Amino acid sequence: MTRTAGFAAVLAVAVASPALAESPFWGVQVEQFEYRAGEGSDLLAWDLDALAGTDALKFVWRSEGEFALDEDAFEAMENQLRLQVPVTDFFDAVVGVRADTPEGPDRLYGVIGLHGLAPQWFEVDADLFVSDRPVARFEVEYEGLITNRIVLTPSIEVDLPLRDDRAIGLGAWGPKVEIGARLGYDLVDRAISPYVGVHYERVFGATRRLARAAGEDDDAVYLVVGTRLMF
Amino acid sequence: MTTIAMVRAAAFGAGLAMLPGGAAMAGTYDITVDRIAIDTGDFVKRGVGYNKSQTPTILRWREGEEVTINVTNNLSEETSIHWHGLILPFDQDGVPGVSFEGIAPGETFTYRFPIVQAGTYWFHSHSGFQEPDGAYGAIIIEPKGREPFRYDRDHVVQLTDKHPHSGARIMRNLKMMPDYYNRQQRTLFDFLGDAAEKGLGAALADRGDWGSMRMMPTDIEDVQGFTPLINGKGPAQNWTGLFTPGERVRLRFINSSAMTYFDIRIPGLKMTVVQADGNNVQPVTVDELRIAVAETYDVIVRPMEDRAYTIFAESMGRTAYARGTLAPREGMEAEVPEMRSPPLLTMADMGMAHGDMGHGAMQGGTHTMPDGSVMQGAAHGHMDHAGHGAADAGGDPFYAPGSGLTPEAANGGKVLSYADLKAQKPLYAHREATREIELRLTGNMERYLWTINGVKHGDSEPIRLTYGERVRFKFVNETMMTHPMHLHGMWSILDNGSGAWNPVKHVVSVAPGTTVYMETEVDAPGQWVFHCHLAYHMEAGMMRKVIVEGGPAAKSASSAAVTGG
Ligand SMILES: [Cu+2]
Repeated sequence: MTRTAGFAAVLAVAVASPALAESPFWGVQVEQFEYRAGEGSDLLAWDLDALAGTDALKFVWRSEGEFALDEDAFEAMENQLRLQVPVTDFFDAVVGVRADTPEGPDRLYGVIGLHGLAPQWFEVDADLFVSDRPVARFEVEYEGLITNRIVLTPSIEVDLPLRDDRAIGLGAWGPKVEIGARLGYDLVDRAISPYVGVHYERVFGATRRLARAAGEDDDAVYLVVGTRLMF
Repeated sequence: MTTIAMVRAAAFGAGLAMLPGGAAMAGTYDITVDRIAIDTGDFVKRGVGYNKSQTPTILRWREGEEVTINVTNNLSEETSIHWHGLILPFDQDGVPGVSFEGIAPGETFTYRFPIVQAGTYWFHSHSGFQEPDGAYGAIIIEPKGREPFRYDRDHVVQLTDKHPHSGARIMRNLKMMPDYYNRQQRTLFDFLGDAAEKGLGAALADRGDWGSMRMMPTDIEDVQGFTPLINGKGPAQNWTGLFTPGERVRLRFINSSAMTYFDIRIPGLKMTVVQADGNNVQPVTVDELRIAVAETYDVIVRPMEDRAYTIFAESMGRTAYARGTLAPREGMEAEVPEMRSPPLLTMADMGMAHGDMGHGAMQGGTHTMPDGSVMQGAAHGHMDHAGHGAADAGGDPFYAPGSGLTPEAANGGKVLSYADLKAQKPLYAHREATREIELRLTGNMERYLWTINGVKHGDSEPIRLTYGERVRFKFVNETMMTHPMHLHGMWSILDNGSGAWNPVKHVVSVAPGTTVYMETEVDAPGQWVFHCHLAYHMEAGMMRKVIVEGGPAAKSASSAAVTGG
């Protein structure tokens, strides 16, 4: 009888606390944290993801920004809260919100997108930023191992306005393209990886015409120095 | 007919009968679980240890003894001890949430169970990442009767892979970035080398093949950057076991690593394997052996010269080695070999280069042909159907033909294969399995998700077994990693084609791209677990609860009790 009771007690415990339940995890990945030196104002720029969640659902804070040192102003300041759910072995579906709060007009978008790893190890983000002036964005990054510690990371990001948003300098179907190549060294594990590189931006089409009309350059090239961080 | 089974059952019964008094043979043992500093020679790291020491505690028991073990938890978190490979009542098995509630901080828990077996085993925490953090020890059980081999002295050689990061941090890093610890990935220079050797087209095609799968041929050790220890000592600290020339020395190898397989050799000495996972096997003499995580192998060596010999254990991925010394006197050293170059997985390891390995294809013994005739196994015959390429080429039938992982002896000699293991004395009468359960070993490296039949432990239903049945488990490894599968509470009879002499184990390692069978006599009521013994695979979900229904009430739980602390 005692034994039966013992058995029942253990069963009760087992039912109450699912054995070795999955614990949530978290982490921060700073892909870019850098000083950009170019012909115009020098910039501080960053691009980071902070995530927490489980295999089934991740909660991501994505922040990107550019701070112009001469003007003492945020040229770009973009924050997203994204929920990620796996949809295939290698891709997550994303929904969320994006708030832009740079110097000048603010913007708020809904986010739907895909995030994952394409064949041949290309890290891909494809997002549609939904509002009455929607924008599509496509980002690809590749980590090329020169050695197991020296990594060359080429990247490309294309922003495509689907409607005019003249107040913030976007013309319908006029893409903004950013191309970068960063050569880093894993100094401490993968936690601190300083890099140097180049960053090139150019606008096309209607967006380019808006820039020209405002007396701005249609392209810019920067030398960058910074570090990747992961913790 | 089932004399052996009956004798064993009687012995088990006798063990239980001794429970109340334990008059004949009873020992009480005390273990404390402590936060300690672990010094590997390369770094010092906070971790967990038993009895305040990084030198593993060795428990020496006798078959037939009734043991009482008081485990005092001095940690600030829950702990537990699982007696790896021991046959005991399920509520003494030490898995929190399955066998008992765990041991709370400050509490002393008393385990009590009869010892119904002999051999080399080990114990470890089954809570969180305490085992990778250092909570493991050895168990030596002296048999009642005479052993079928002679030796003059013995040494425990307990291996582990001590990492500077805590287990919890490693798990988090793997989830964030599955190749966080992989510092053996193929680089531009490897590519240029391949292109020079095979031509640019072939090198590109090869990269393309792996890239299209988003897999890496270097994915052999998930967690690199550790220092291997032997009995708590790093390579520079050089654990030394003494011998007198001419003596037969029994080495009890135990792999207590979180994640690392080792290829063990002792240059200048042959090793005669006499026991695997605590059970005697027909002696087989080898130059080298690969030990999976959580396995044990007992070998006998006979050093004749008055000199030191190096025990050299390279990790399977060749990222680190454990080193110890056998010597006539303290302070002696022998040459330490260079590590061999790291292996690369092949398309065969992806399960791409062959069809279904199918029944018996993995087995080196007899093989039943479709027409019912029985032919000699791959080791002797000339089988030419799919799945026998490696065996024909003299390779190990427990690796996919063409596998990059197939072990080879450094001196070109003999490596132990699962196909070589034959039980010294069968533990159970041989009979047909009553049913088969297929367990596909599955996962997703990019998400660091490890599963069985595509389902994580947390989302799974328990495996239900019925007392008295003999279940045949079919492991189909669909991943590119090697998984050491461990069933608690009952023996795993590896089907290597030896029929009644199939070896009796507690860990069955399943190489990538292979199918392996094991059978279990379901003779232990209660609830157990069945899991991959790679710590981070288990935590990621490669685990099942197993419920054995029915059976005598007397066997369903022991009379042991929790005592307050
Ligand atoms: Cu595994």
